[in-house]
Amino acid sequence: MSNVALEHDYGIGWGGASLAGMLEESERIFSETGHYGGLDELPLKATEPIRYEKMFSRLRGGLVGARETAMNISASPIVREVGELCFALYTPEGDAITLSTGIMAHVHTMSMAIKHMIRSDYETNPGIAPGDIFVNNDPQLGGVHNADVMNFLPLFHEGEIVGWAAGVVHELDVGAPQPASMPIGTVSRYEDGLILSCMKVGSNDTLNRDYENRIETAVRMPFYWVLDEKCRIAGCQIIRATVERLIAEEGIDTYKLFMREVIEDARRAFKRNLTQMTVPGTYRVPSFMDVPHEEDKGLMPDYAAVNSMMNCPLSLTIGRDASFHVDLDGANKWGYHSFNCTPSGLQGGLWVVLSQTLVPNDKVNDGAYLATSFNTPYGTWSNPDNRSVSNTLSWIFLIPCFTGLVHALSRAFTARGYLEEVLAAYPFTGNITQGGGINHHGQDAGWSNFEHSSCGISARWGYDGEVSGAAMWNPEGDMGDVEAWELTEPLLYFGRRIRPNTGGPGKQRGGSGWECVRMLYGTERQILFHCNSGHVFQTSGLYGGYPGSSGYRHMITNTDMKERIAQGLPYPVEDRDTEDSQIVANVEADHLIDRRCHHFPVSQSEYDLYLSVLNGGHGLGDPLDRDPEAVVADLNSGDVLPRFAPTTYGVVAEQDADGHWVLDQSATDALRADMRKQRLEDSVPVEEWMEGQRGRAADLDFIEPVAKAYRESIALSENWAALYKDFWGLPDEWSPPNGDASGRDR
Amino acid sequence: MTVYDKATIEELYRGTLPWPQLKQMMSAFKDVERFDTFLAVLQEQVPWDDQVLLPLGPKLFIVLKDDGSIVTKSMSGHEFGDYRENWKLKARIAVRDTDEKMQEIYPRWMHADPAWMELREYYDPLDGSLLEVEAVPPGYPIVHSFEPYLEGFYTEWLGREFPPKRA
Repeated sequence: MSNVALEHDYGIGWGGASLAGMLEESERIFSETGHYGGLDELPLKATEPIRYEKMFSRLRGGLVGARETAMNISASPIVREVGELCFALYTPEGDAITLSTGIMAHVHTMSMAIKHMIRSDYETNPGIAPGDIFVNNDPQLGGVHNADVMNFLPLFHEGEIVGWAAGVVHELDVGAPQPASMPIGTVSRYEDGLILSCMKVGSNDTLNRDYENRIETAVRMPFYWVLDEKCRIAGCQIIRATVERLIAEEGIDTYKLFMREVIEDARRAFKRNLTQMTVPGTYRVPSFMDVPHEEDKGLMPDYAAVNSMMNCPLSLTIGRDASFHVDLDGANKWGYHSFNCTPSGLQGGLWVVLSQTLVPNDKVNDGAYLATSFNTPYGTWSNPDNRSVSNTLSWIFLIPCFTGLVHALSRAFTARGYLEEVLAAYPFTGNITQGGGINHHGQDAGWSNFEHSSCGISARWGYDGEVSGAAMWNPEGDMGDVEAWELTEPLLYFGRRIRPNTGGPGKQRGGSGWECVRMLYGTERQILFHCNSGHVFQTSGLYGGYPGSSGYRHMITNTDMKERIAQGLPYPVEDRDTEDSQIVANVEADHLIDRRCHHFPVSQSEYDLYLSVLNGGHGLGDPLDRDPEAVVADLNSGDVLPRFAPTTYGVVAEQDADGHWVLDQSATDALRADMRKQRLEDSVPVEEWMEGQRGRAADLDFIEPVAKAYRESIALSENWAALYKDFWGLPDEWSPPNGDASGRDR
Repeated sequence: MTVYDKATIEELYRGTLPWPQLKQMMSAFKDVERFDTFLAVLQEQVPWDDQVLLPLGPKLFIVLKDDGSIVTKSMSGHEFGDYRENWKLKARIAVRDTDEKMQEIYPRWMHADPAWMELREYYDPLDGSLLEVEAVPPGYPIVHSFEPYLEGFYTEWLGREFPPKRA
């Protein structure tokens, strides 16, 4: 409902209605009828199905074509190499009709930004007219984080608004105090960089000069932003031309009916898919992330320099009425770090999952949004009760959160027998390499490397995960050519290799991640970040499969690389094994290895090395059920280190004269039989184990980040408090010891 | 309308379907008979006679017993009690909560810090099969991963009586 008193009698909406009035009416009709546009039938689709599908294909093709054409305008490798952009078409009220390929996360985030402009009566001030250009990257209004910059062009037909074209691109730098697009170590929104909150920045298809001046002075390497903006606007103009042609050929009344039908059609299709592919019930998949800032004291304010842990107790309830409710009840408190989310950002995560699971077709639009509901409890990291929190890297919490949803849906697909859709969740897409400083071109630059767009994929039912596949947030992701990254980043690539043991063990193994070794070159110094889950596994594998490996940090400073290069001595092109590090063996340097993968950025110098280990996927099924020959193949391919074949998989293999591993079947059979017996000897009944843990649970006898997360979840959620107390058999009057019951610890 | 024969679904279950065929299954419209075909395949795989009502994983099923009770049962034949209860509570558990135990599975530094997170391994008490691995912080309540609305699924979604008559 609009809370703005409209200042005009005659609007740009249909039949002279105001746009805010159209939005209110649309929401009223859906609320009362349960059908988008009040359509209890789909007359166009029913009477002229070929015409209907043709119209959709033309729009969808126009958007895909817009993306493919516009991405060539950008100069950013994030766009050109990885395809980190997306275009969408909306109704006048801001409901998505269709979108292009790419980062589909934004189907509803951009919708929320449009609705914000409508509810704020932008129709009156600053006005909405043909040729206007709007921009937004404020995640509190619509978006995930301010690195994703959106442009909106209103579409008109004979003076009446008929929709919006929108495009989004991930920028290389956002003008934050620390360089890069997603700086870590920010403690408030005021350190996130340039935030443009649904601003009108152009008219008559031309950007305002004052806006261009602002961009030129607000971000590092503004030409990337400027070209990205031209990319977005050009794509939106292509969409506008597509819509204008379609209206000219089909008639405006048909187009108006079509846009309503296609959303209602998608809403119904979502419900149909849900009842065909899943089982009603409640699914629960918690996930976690560490935020280890305690050692950043002195670099960050004391109140922010603490270790904390995210608790994301996601539950999915599929109702008998085919309702689809995602609930984060029990999530813990927001924090003074870069990783808080907004409800809009969480919609982005939800769409990532839906477009890869229950909406596996071209009709991705807000129809499915209308068929879902989402609880993001106020005061938690998912919906902070403080508007000044930082959101610059919301994906750090979004990815673990929504990997849980994939996990839950995989259980549903298993139950219905659609095993081809089962996936042991997503891996966290890290390490994310970012940095900045005076670069090898002499520019003050910030950069965000997106090779983490191709981490290992988790195992499927019956099939190993793919190696270096994609990212959960961009199914078309690519690691990008090293030459492209070397153009923007003053770090040379020494090598990219499969990293052994990154894929989670299982009957089906998670796809391997990989590693790259790089050297700072052509720059005096750079500020560098790492980004990964170091102290925790973000979530579990499936059906006895183990999670993929966690991340770690290996900093290599004060090296002898300059002398090695001058003397032609060996240098590392891989690291391979933390217990037999090729970097340690081949470089004289100061080596720091720890699990602090989220840290305040550190300054490194020319000839320092940077190791980036990209995660693998999670495993599925009992590793002792894995085909022994598959394990031997893993040894020969380098996906698994030899010492783990017996301890993890119960496989005995020997190397032949050529160094190839060969299976010893009888020894393997004997070892596996022993390991199964040993499992029973080493394990205890769960109820006995619980007895032993109860006292510790009552005392919250855990390290502070864990205890703090529990205190916060208990304070913020009666349900989670009851769950904790019931499970551990604690009395009703129990309250968390050694902490403020409010969940506030400062 | 898409239809797959039982042999194809059995290959899917065993993981022996060639990738191009699997990919085609992912891209095609879903076959409406899949649930029944899959149950028929499973019923031939399990070494006991109870009727499979709902698969929970490769080795775990909700089954209807002759006495009319509905329980969670493993491939080995272990019964974990009423299907509405969390089967994990009737399993055996081993917890990887030290670096040494973690490093049987992961290289040094490439696993969670045991103070932050442990790996709980849930075993079948009969044959030692690893049924589930839970990666959670110490103290986290054991997760009840899936509570199906079984009766509603059968009566409202499938339009069948519940419990169903033996096939």
